[in-house]
Amino acid sequence: MSALRNTLAALALLMGGATAHAEGADQADRITRGQYQAVLGDCMACHTRPGGAPFAGGAPLETPFGRLVPPNITQDPETGIGNWNEADFTRMMRTGIGHGGRRLYPAMPYPAYSMMTDQDIADLWAYMATVQPVRNAVVANQLPFPFNIRLAMWGWNLLNFRPEPFRADPAQSAEWNRGAYLVQGPGHCGSCHTPKNIMGADDTGQALRGASLQGWFAPDITGNSQTGIGGWSQEELVTYLRTGVNTHSVASGPMREAVENSTSRMSDADLRAIAVYLRSLNGTAPPAPQPLAATEPRMQAGGAIYAANCAACHGGEGRGARQLFPALAGNPLLRQANPETLVHLVLAGSQGAQTPGAPTTPAMPSLGWRLNDQQVADVLTYVRNSWGNAAPPVAPHEVAKQRDGEPEKPWALVIGGVVLVCLLVLATALLMRRRRRRHAVA
Amino acid sequence: MTRILPRKDVVIVGLGWTGSIIANELADEGLDVLALERGPWRDTATDFNIGYAQDELRYAIRRDLFLQPGTEAITMRNNAGQTALPMRDYGSFLPGHGVGGAGVHWNGHTWRFWDSDFRINSHLTERYGAAKFAGLDLQDWGVTAAEMEPFYDAFEYLCGISGKAGNIRGQKQPGGNPFEDPRAREYPLPPMQMTYAPTLFAEAAKSLNLSPFPTPSANLSAEYVNPLGIAMGQCTMCGFCERFGCANYSKSSAQTCVLPVLMRKPNFELRTECEVLKIEKHRSGNMARGVTYMDASGEEFFQPADIVLLCAYGLMNVRLMMLSGIGKQYDPNTNEGTVGRNYCYQTNCGTQVFFDGKEFNPFIAAGSLGQSVDDYNGDAFDHGSVDFVGGAGINCIPTNARPIGYRPVPPGTPRWGSAWKRETARNYRSTLSFSCQGSSYPQRGNYLDLDPTYKDRHGRPLLRMTFEFPDNDIRMSHFMSDRSEEVARALGGRQYTTSRTAKAWNSVPYQSTHNTGGAIMGTDPTRSAVNRYLQSWDVNNVFVVGASAFAHNAGKNPTGTVGALAFLAADAIRNRYLKAAGQPLVAA
Repeated sequence: MSALRNTLAALALLMGGATAHAEGADQADRITRGQYQAVLGDCMACHTRPGGAPFAGGAPLETPFGRLVPPNITQDPETGIGNWNEADFTRMMRTGIGHGGRRLYPAMPYPAYSMMTDQDIADLWAYMATVQPVRNAVVANQLPFPFNIRLAMWGWNLLNFRPEPFRADPAQSAEWNRGAYLVQGPGHCGSCHTPKNIMGADDTGQALRGASLQGWFAPDITGNSQTGIGGWSQEELVTYLRTGVNTHSVASGPMREAVENSTSRMSDADLRAIAVYLRSLNGTAPPAPQPLAATEPRMQAGGAIYAANCAACHGGEGRGARQLFPALAGNPLLRQANPETLVHLVLAGSQGAQTPGAPTTPAMPSLGWRLNDQQVADVLTYVRNSWGNAAPPVAPHEVAKQRDGEPEKPWALVIGGVVLVCLLVLATALLMRRRRRRHAVA
Repeated sequence: MTRILPRKDVVIVGLGWTGSIIANELADEGLDVLALERGPWRDTATDFNIGYAQDELRYAIRRDLFLQPGTEAITMRNNAGQTALPMRDYGSFLPGHGVGGAGVHWNGHTWRFWDSDFRINSHLTERYGAAKFAGLDLQDWGVTAAEMEPFYDAFEYLCGISGKAGNIRGQKQPGGNPFEDPRAREYPLPPMQMTYAPTLFAEAAKSLNLSPFPTPSANLSAEYVNPLGIAMGQCTMCGFCERFGCANYSKSSAQTCVLPVLMRKPNFELRTECEVLKIEKHRSGNMARGVTYMDASGEEFFQPADIVLLCAYGLMNVRLMMLSGIGKQYDPNTNEGTVGRNYCYQTNCGTQVFFDGKEFNPFIAAGSLGQSVDDYNGDAFDHGSVDFVGGAGINCIPTNARPIGYRPVPPGTPRWGSAWKRETARNYRSTLSFSCQGSSYPQRGNYLDLDPTYKDRHGRPLLRMTFEFPDNDIRMSHFMSDRSEEVARALGGRQYTTSRTAKAWNSVPYQSTHNTGGAIMGTDPTRSAVNRYLQSWDVNNVFVVGASAFAHNAGKNPTGTVGALAFLAADAIRNRYLKAAGQPLVAA
């Protein structure tokens, strides 16, 4: 009898154990999937300071409206999101309204995240709930008046944001649709690469055709062969996203971080899907400008500066070196209408992304101390109009603007802010009147 | 008060070529590795910035990258009858300082020593009888060229060496060095594109029935991605190699070949500006407990570790062993002892040939862009009719024509004034130089020990160097000067001048940073400091890696062999020592 009892007990234990194990495995899968969602969404890029604890709050974002600091999203109940529940989190991702009804600024790309599937958001929460709590109080909203009124985002959302799930295009392949989902949804590529209207919202008609932010110009990433990635093969684009470098370009500035934290950690299948989708976007661009004549004085001066300062690495013909020095010939980054990134690279230098596929992290030194504004402008004019490149010349004042670090005074933005506040007042008044009327009826 | 830190599996003293290679291998093995580096962090992006890397005054004249005597000086004398005095300025040799060590500012000549070097005593005894080298303490190293081959290969592929093989698995290769031992495969990159002066030199050498070949070079002839996945660029021939860090990622160094991968490994840690003061031994005496070091703020730490690797500059390895009581101090009177013996240098001579009407454009140059001749090196030729052993490579490697340092003028020219200016203008572009990198063989009176008088900033005795060119090496070098004159005459030219090595070695003018020996590898635990795996004969968990292990110095630059020895030691630790931790790998 006792033998039988033991056997039964053992069986029960086994079964119980198996059930618990299965649940644990499910949960583990969810967390692992959620961790991958955090990679796709590149939460780390904004919410982690360089060298800081993961997700415990990021470095300040200098937006055209002023300074925002990405908050602590660890599980610390007081300074993080430890007192949020899954419903809070889902609502925030879908609507930009956080715990306690607090409205987020769209620097948090909820307009993109709102396209994510229920499953992906649920998985992401499962992962976020496991993040080590770190006590770190962050004052997120450091915007000046009137932008610091969070309620204004109600009006912003009204004008700029329609929460909608991602809609697959049945005419396209599953891979294309996966790519579209990643680019538009969790990957929020448009946050940087899509031009903004005066309220800082995506100009959807110009999606992914390049935009300026934080002293960099995030280039056109449509299939446009002049300014976009149309000249890149599928494999070259995948290589760029996986390693931060390919034969055409080396990731710099904010893209370097995006590669290190996000794209280099994506699955090959997802990278392929992104490449398929981006390459299919044939942005119609104005005809390519004719290159400046080599005899132009700016081209002559620029050529001499290039030979003395740049050719040692980038080569006399602008061909660069594999994985080390980006080619300048045929590099679409040079052909953007806006030379902001190029000015930034020459003035401040840059270092490549460090990824398992490309560990070298070569650096371009700062040349701002040895080239004056005219020289920087001339050498950029030269490289933008040599070896098959053609792009508008760079003027010295465009260099001076960045060298001085003075942010452009966006009067349009200020006016936009005032309009927003007016709208808000108007809307509130309307609401009050409607309510009063309802009271009156009652 | 010394703070005691958490234990590490491995602590490495010095993060240059050898330290970084072994650290990377042992980190791959899964060990928790810490490197302690006395000098500062250096990397290409910040320290060898293309915007200012080619600053001759800062780097070549004021020697920005080098060890300064205030940090550690060395005392020198020519013989035991003299009182050694400290070098107030490093002159004849320039040890490196900081991450990358001397591998930052080298020229890039990357040689393999020959089987007749590794088995020098057996080989010369077999060929000539031991009497031929009486008075020289030539010892076998305990390894053969065949055993070293995979480690040389690993180093050359790590670096992306540009060259032409002379012997692949026993098949002679036209255009390569006909005297080299068999190698498994071709160099990773083809030779560099030749400039005019070495081309002319090669023609002259051929006319004398010599066998010139492109110098194996760590200045890269083409783009390269090494086995660790690190990318390097093609050398631009700017002529700023020796004494400079490379700004173009085209000279092999720890920075360009290892660190980008090593530094991101989670089980590797580097602490810079931390000077190891002593290796601490267990009471048993045959195991080390760890090291005591001081950080930049002057705080002292004890770092426990299971394995201690001495990977500093060779001379510093030797001094640390002496300061820590590892091995028995060599005594030249009795010829007994293991540490400090077989100190060797390099026995060089040089030739300048002045031409009229030739345009060498010498500023188009690289540290190892040139042509070499090994017909008179080592035991490549029959020494039966000469009164010495050893030899030299003849190398025409115009490394630079930098404006401050490069002023070739014929003998007799005033040192300043209008005549000097006129001769400078006349000869700057039309002078061809070549030099003989001569062997240096050990003899009894040449050795290293601790100075009885002079101390460093921590109160520890300085290293004392007692060195004079042995008669054998002087005879060898004069033979090479004669051969050089033959080449100079074959070159034609208006006039030439050849230097001749003289006694009374002088530590002031720059000669060579190729200091070797002092903690030599060998087969006899009473006459060598480390076994053939570079494991200390006395303290089983201490390995001593670098040119300190050379039992003699050949007529070649040492870095290729230093790099190969690092791979040998790493292999021995991974595949032998870890299976028998704490045990000697060779029975004493």
